[in-house]
Amino acid sequence: MLVRNAGDKIGLKLLAGKAGIDKEMTGVYICDLLSWVMAHGSKGDVWITVQTHANIIAVATLLELSCIIVADGAEVEEDTLRKADEEGVALYQSTESAYEIAKKLYKMGIE
Amino acid sequence: MKDIRYVFNVEKDDFVRAGETSSKIKKILRELGIDSSIIRKISIAAYEAEMNIVIHSLGGQILLDISPGVIRITASDRGPGIADVELAMKEGYSTATDQVREMGFGAGMGLPNMKKCSDRFCVTSSEGKGTYIVIEVDLKAGE
Repeated sequence: MLVRNAGDKIGLKLLAGKAGIDKEMTGVYICDLLSWVMAHGSKGDVWITVQTHANIIAVATLLELSCIIVADGAEVEEDTLRKADEEGVALYQSTESAYEIAKKLYKMGIE
Repeated sequence: MKDIRYVFNVEKDDFVRAGETSSKIKKILRELGIDSSIIRKISIAAYEAEMNIVIHSLGGQILLDISPGVIRITASDRGPGIADVELAMKEGYSTATDQVREMGFGAGMGLPNMKKCSDRFCVTSSEGKGTYIVIEVDLKAGE
C-alpha cells in the first residue's frame, strides 16, 4: 500500500514531505528511542513516534522508512518540517495513540 | 576501485544538522553502487558515531575511507573521552543527560550498534583527550 492511500484512509494530517507520499508501506515500527529504531527498523516501515525534533528525519532517511506518523497530536518543530520537505520524507500527525494508529494500519493489510 | 577518502566535521550539540554526515556517506556509497545491505550497516554505524560526537564530545571528525574490499569509518573527537570503555560497550549504559534522553537519544545503544554493524570494530579512549573509533565493513567479492 502506498503512503498516500493509507494517509487518506485513516485520516492522517500531512504536515510535510509531500514528495514522499508515493513510497510503499511494508511494515510498522513503534519506538521513541532513536538508536532502537536504527537497530530494529526496516526499509519501508511506517515509524510511529512522539519524537518531533529534526533528527527523526535523518533516521527515516538513513533507514529508508516509508513515512513517519507523529502520534497523540504531538506538536512538530519547524526545523523538522523543513527537513522533511528537503529529504522527501512524508511526515504525518495523528491525534490518536500509536496503538490506535497501528491497529488501523493492520486492518488495512500492513501485517 | 581506487582508495578514496572523505572528511566530515561534526559539531557538538548541533542537533538540527546531526545526521547530515551519515546521510552524505550513504549517498556516496549508493552512487558507487555498493550493495544495499552493506550501505545499511555503514549508515547505522556512521549515524551512531556521528550522534556520539554531537551528544558526548566537544566536536570531532568522521572519515570515510573506501578501499578495494573494505569500507572504513573513523570517528575521532576532541574529548572529554570515555572513563570506562568496557562499561560504555554494555547495552543500556549511557551517560547522556536527561534533556538528551527526552529527545530519544542516550539509550545506551550507540557503541553496541556500531559493533554489531561492523566486521571489525575498535574503540580507544582516554579521559581528557578523546575517543577514537574505527569501524570496518568488508565488501563482497567483486565490489
